[in-house]
Amino acid sequence: MKITLKVWRQKNNAAKGQFETYKLDHVSEDMSFLEMFDVLNEQLINEGKEPVVFDHDCREGICGSCSMYINGRPHGPKNAVTTCQLHMRSFKDGDIIVVEPWRAAAFPVLKDLSVDRSSFDRIMSAGGFVSVNTGNAQDANNLPIGKEIADEAFSSAACIGCGACVAACKNASAMLFVSAKVSQLALLPQGQPEARKRVLAMVNQMDAEGFGACTNTGACSAECPKEISLSNIARMNREYLSAGIIAE
Amino acid sequence: MSNILDSKIPEGPIDQKWTKYKSSVALVNPANKRSIEIIVVGTGLAGASAAATLAEMGYKVKAFCFQDSPRRAHSIAAQGGINAAKNYQNDGDSVFRLFYDTIKGGDYRAREGNVHRLAEVSSSIIDQCVAQGVPFAREYGGMLSNRSFGGTQVQRTFYAAGQTGQQLLLGAYSALQRQVGMGNVTMHTRHEMMDVVTIDGKARGIIARDLVSGKLERHFGHAVVLATGGYGNVFFLSTNAMGSNVTAAWKAHKKGAFFGNPCFTQIHPTCIPVSGDHQSKLTLMSESLRNDGRIWVPARKEDAEAVRAGKLKPNDITEENRDYYLERRYPAFGNLVPRDVASRAAKERCDAGFGVNKTGQAVYLDYAAAIERYGKIEATKKNLNNPDKATLIVLGKAVVKEKYGNLFDMYEQITGVNPYNEPMQIYPAVHYTMGGLWVDYNLMTTVPGLYAIGEANFSDHGANRLGASALMQGLADGYFVLPYTIGAYLSTDIRTKAIPTDHEAFVEAENKVKAVIDHLINVKGTKSVDYFHKILGKIIWNECGMSRNAEALKKAISDVQALRAEFWSSVRVPGTADEFNTELEKAGRVADFLELGELMCKDALERNESCGGHFREEYQTEEGEALRDDENFSFVSAWELTGDNQWNLHKEELKYENIKIAARSYK
Ligand SMILES: Cc1cc2nc3c(=O)[nH]c(=O)nc-3n(C[C@H](O)[C@H](O)[C@H](O)COP(=O)(O)OP(=O)(O)OC[C@H]3O[C@@H](n4cnc5c(N)ncnc54)[C@H](O)[C@@H]3O)c2cc1C
Ligand code: SF4
Ligand code: FES
Repeated sequence: MKITLKVWRQKNNAAKGQFETYKLDHVSEDMSFLEMFDVLNEQLINEGKEPVVFDHDCREGICGSCSMYINGRPHGPKNAVTTCQLHMRSFKDGDIIVVEPWRAAAFPVLKDLSVDRSSFDRIMSAGGFVSVNTGNAQDANNLPIGKEIADEAFSSAACIGCGACVAACKNASAMLFVSAKVSQLALLPQGQPEARKRVLAMVNQMDAEGFGACTNTGACSAECPKEISLSNIARMNREYLSAGIIAE
Repeated sequence: MSNILDSKIPEGPIDQKWTKYKSSVALVNPANKRSIEIIVVGTGLAGASAAATLAEMGYKVKAFCFQDSPRRAHSIAAQGGINAAKNYQNDGDSVFRLFYDTIKGGDYRAREGNVHRLAEVSSSIIDQCVAQGVPFAREYGGMLSNRSFGGTQVQRTFYAAGQTGQQLLLGAYSALQRQVGMGNVTMHTRHEMMDVVTIDGKARGIIARDLVSGKLERHFGHAVVLATGGYGNVFFLSTNAMGSNVTAAWKAHKKGAFFGNPCFTQIHPTCIPVSGDHQSKLTLMSESLRNDGRIWVPARKEDAEAVRAGKLKPNDITEENRDYYLERRYPAFGNLVPRDVASRAAKERCDAGFGVNKTGQAVYLDYAAAIERYGKIEATKKNLNNPDKATLIVLGKAVVKEKYGNLFDMYEQITGVNPYNEPMQIYPAVHYTMGGLWVDYNLMTTVPGLYAIGEANFSDHGANRLGASALMQGLADGYFVLPYTIGAYLSTDIRTKAIPTDHEAFVEAENKVKAVIDHLINVKGTKSVDYFHKILGKIIWNECGMSRNAEALKKAISDVQALRAEFWSSVRVPGTADEFNTELEKAGRVADFLELGELMCKDALERNESCGGHFREEYQTEEGEALRDDENFSFVSAWELTGDNQWNLHKEELKYENIKIAARSYK
């Protein structure tokens, strides 16, 4: 296949970026989207140009590193796949593909397609844990947890922290990400003792990082590669309200 | 045998060594802990769990990783599960059995003391993870669920769908972030360790590069812990994440840390086959699939040829014309033989001309029988009498989806083939490295104050690792072993004040790092880093992969040397050193792989026997099974670097006092 790429190039956070156009003549359907970028980079290096910087690591859809905004959609045209799991068979010969970084105030661009998502780590530090030191635990089966609850907690815990939900949202809200963690721990008995404190702390940190408000448009969940459900947001809102009432 | 290597295994009966050690090891008092700084490089399962635990204990921790968040470490990709000797299934499991299985699985090339300790702490890992909120799979009654894994006959593997590594890492990461939030850990993401700094022979810090600004930084620590993962990416194509590398371990090696068993690599039997030259990495299909899937190739060569030519579909090949070669060769374990055995058997069939896929380098992993079997069970549960086959298949598929859905989806995403309807194609791929930095019982390398944990060390898996044991070892090291053993060293070091980083050792180390980086940038050659990496990978895969022989290894050594020379004279690294430069990152890593590759081949050449993942063609039985030589090779190879690509071999003798050494048979 022949593919034309319009790729966002930006030297560093302070620089102004712009789109550059590149043509690739030998793209195979079996390539992943990132392998196509490998080919592009190889071509750029051979031409004496600087390759495109983008985040990636596992290339299996699980680490949450890859983060390309492809033709106006985070992680591209297919639902429930990450950029690294997107294959070129989802495109046609002659396609023009526009690739940008995540755009959000809380995710500043570092270079080209790579953004700084450390705000997510800080939200986790604010409360995304159970306070249990190593060695404090009781025998694992002393705490039976019904399968349905365990499965639901697992679904929430499947979030890969990629930030596509933020990139998809017109307000750049991080509600889906935060609510997935809040829900996982709120569903489980282990999370109960700190439930109130957790939701307040994580939401406060989310606001402090400059993420926008949630207006329930649902774009986040629609674009989430792990299909994290909107019901997480509903659960977090309930948790937040009741925590707020009790805190007052 | 060398007397430099002291494994420091405590005296006493095997099941009391660790208990006695713990109760007699010197402690650091809480006031002193606050003034002791520990550097942890790498925050995958091993590093994150260690950093969090050390911080909980009161030490000041500085942690480093090259990804943009600790949550993205390679550990996140582990699929199948984690072992623990809980015996929740009441199927006769015990600490001893896990210990025994691990030693046997490792083909009697691991240290008894370490492995027994691993088995002892395995239970606590599960407890700790559950307490953190890790959502392991559960039964309807609310109890934890288990599955079985290759090389064992009990069900001791805990799992969270096909995303066990993710859930465990998120648990460790949350513990780590909690300590970051409390100010007990300073986390440096997007930082790469470039060198270890030693002062008076002890590890006292590191030089790190801020990958975004390109700045070199100096960091002091009373001790340095490397938790930097394995080096499978020396093969270019592997199931490892793209960034996995040997750099940190290699720099430590260059500063005096011996490298243990470098040639012991694990080739995993069930990966998606290579599809073309553009391939950047290989994807694992979890070993848990072997629990229910049956592996076969066509029994007749003409059928294999027709399949390769696209004229015959697997589903058209009748039962009697299929060769379920694992079930045939190893009736006792069947499809559940250990990985090295399964991989070699696949290679044997493909080399003999029975492989499928265009390339002939693939075998089938078939779920049709499992789907039908599960369908029948479901039908019985639902009280359906004489259901037709279509109903059984629908019911069975639902069960398979529940168990392996995400793996099946991934397979379809990558290959475009629906594995519910057609057998998957699989082929072995590089997956894990048993070799790594040599460590003693304390997990300390031969450099005082320098520790290695997780996949980065050589310790517990001998010549072959059992499935679901890497996660166990990483978390054992990080949560339950290192935090104790490091105290033995630090308790003697409480008087050392933080050493200012303008100390000449730091200056010198930084200058050396800078010189190497400048060199890489200034070659301004004609070939990309990947060009060299791909060639290196092919050499190592062909000559030091699933089977090896002396001739080929000798050739590989000279080929790697030549490639290394070419790399340093004609690599092209665009851009500059003081910016975000991913090509420069790769160049530094490949430079180290080019040195490691040679050592791997040397080690493989030295070991004149076949054991575990190391199969020397010269040493096999008439039936093609591996032929171990316990008389002459029951040792750990620990390589000391003595000059530019010159090594001295030290041997740590392995003594088996609790397990009777036997030929490893899965027949
Ligand atoms: C696809 C796949 C599936 C697997 N499934 C299983 C399974 O089901 N069960 C099982 O037991 N095992 C499994 N394994 C093996 C297991 O996942 C790994 O062995 C284990 O996770 C390694 O953990 P670690 O903490 O030692 O290293 P890693 O998770 O690799 O972490 C390495 C860390 O070091 C950092 N780092 C590396 N180099 C540097 C440097 N120079 N400077 C700074 N930081 C650095 C990285 O940023 C990272 O934080 C699997 C492996 C693969 C590839
Ligand atoms: S909720 Fe979905 S889109 Fe958002 S970070 Fe998690 S996985 Fe990514
Ligand atoms: S590279 Fe890991 S999710 Fe895409």
